Amino acid sequence: MAKRCRVCNGAAQIKRPKTGDIMCKECFYYAFEEEIHHTVLAGKLFTAGETVAIGASGGKDSTVLAHVMTVLNERHNYGLNLILLSVDEGITGYRDDSLETVKINQQEYGLPLKIVSYQELYGWTMDSIVQQIGLKNNCTYCGVFRRQALDRGAMLLKVDKIVTGHNADDIAETVIMNVLRGDIARLRRCTAVTTGTDGALPRCKPFKYTYEKDIVMYAFHKNLTYFSTECIYSPNAYRGFARAYIKDLERIQPSAIIDIIHSGESLCVKKDVRMPVQTTCSRCGYISSNELCKACVMLEGLNKGRPRLGIGKTHKERRLFNEELARQAAEAAATNCNETTTTTTTTTTFTNSKVCCGGKGACGSMGGSGQAPEMCGSNLQSKSESDCVGSVSPSGGGGVAECANSLKKVRIGVPTAKPNLLEF
Amino acid sequence: MAVPITLEFSGGAELLFANQKKHSIELPGSQKWDVKSLLPWIRDNLLQERPELFMQGDTVRPGILVLVNDADWELMGELEYEIQPNDKIVFISTLHGG
Repeated sequence: MAKRCRVCNGAAQIKRPKTGDIMCKECFYYAFEEEIHHTVLAGKLFTAGETVAIGASGGKDSTVLAHVMTVLNERHNYGLNLILLSVDEGITGYRDDSLETVKINQQEYGLPLKIVSYQELYGWTMDSIVQQIGLKNNCTYCGVFRRQALDRGAMLLKVDKIVTGHNADDIAETVIMNVLRGDIARLRRCTAVTTGTDGALPRCKPFKYTYEKDIVMYAFHKNLTYFSTECIYSPNAYRGFARAYIKDLERIQPSAIIDIIHSGESLCVKKDVRMPVQTTCSRCGYISSNELCKACVMLEGLNKGRPRLGIGKTHKERRLFNEELARQAAEAAATNCNETTTTTTTTTTFTNSKVCCGGKGACGSMGGSGQAPEMCGSNLQSKSESDCVGSVSPSGGGGVAECANSLKKVRIGVPTAKPNLLEF
Repeated sequence: MAVPITLEFSGGAELLFANQKKHSIELPGSQKWDVKSLLPWIRDNLLQERPELFMQGDTVRPGILVLVNDADWELMGELEYEIQPNDKIVFISTLHGG
């Protein structure tokens, strides 16, 4: 065919998705690498002398990243010490195979390799987690654990930074996912080229503006060894739908990917929107928006046999648990009731409600910390009054049940009780 | 007369073809073959499972890259490209994790 490279006029083989440029292989390699160099310079990603861990999964992105980082480190004298860092999630038939690919990469690029496993960090493999929770939300566990595992591995290696192979398509997917979930805090963070500069180990994405198509073409023409089996546990992952959607958009308008990233970058959040404050986990010291980080919450859920506490709509699981507690409290109150009074009026109900909360009932046992019972007690007083008075049934047994109901409502209404989640 | 060509599936696309990456095939009949007629032939004769992950409408599913003799099919006329004897056509899925 007569298509010629726009740079050297040689025979063209590549069509760039972002620009529509037509190129030969050699000119494409150079342009591809230099664009990443530009991202590195523009984002001031590195300083000479730093040790940088490359998050390596054995997949196409991290394989190309390891290759390009090695090339650019030499060509432009970054002066970086590069290390490959892999996470072994413990997925038989998937990760064990891909880690073999990483080991081949290690030899090809002559870089040191460190592997950290979920088993050693958390005492659970993904195989055992899936056994417990099934194929729904398992990717949430994996994602949260992996992010932290990479950081821990990096800290063991005493590196200054982590680079990951997240490409433009991945970031566009994440923007869309965060919009769909209404996750404003992540929406604001997810397009940053470097994250975690506030205390945690900084992470950079040199492929932020690099299209997946270019990465795949680069790997294909350079004959890079990479691993490409679908994770056996991922078919239900939410990301898959966002991914297919992005690919559909790309076919219609290839610039859509970069446009979505641009939209994400340009979004600004109103000052009066309440954002979670970043703090550190009181248990493991990892960066977190809550008193306990997500990984600790999830791990606790797993270890206590209530794995759903750590995922998605936790309030549902919490509600069930609260109902259970309320039922117990109601039973206790009912016993109390029989001992002290025989009336079944509104007043009695209200008194009972005071007993079940103000005493050592549900709230006391639920709230491990000192403040929770107070919070709950005061809230209950005002709220249960209206609830119980308004809705009490004249029949005898109904009063206690109603009261338990109001107790439940109050518990849900107290957000500060969240950390206490883990006390059972 | 039949047209001999090589097909390659990678990047995860091979999973739809019983994990076999390379296929040497002969396109039957005396008519001219283009990519547009090749795709349903592949679907009907080689594909083992989940055709919706390979084709969408009359073309490949978005996210599958196609190369004709190592050049992007977008440079070769895409569906209209007329297949020549001994062509190598590669399908790479980008829909798998990286």
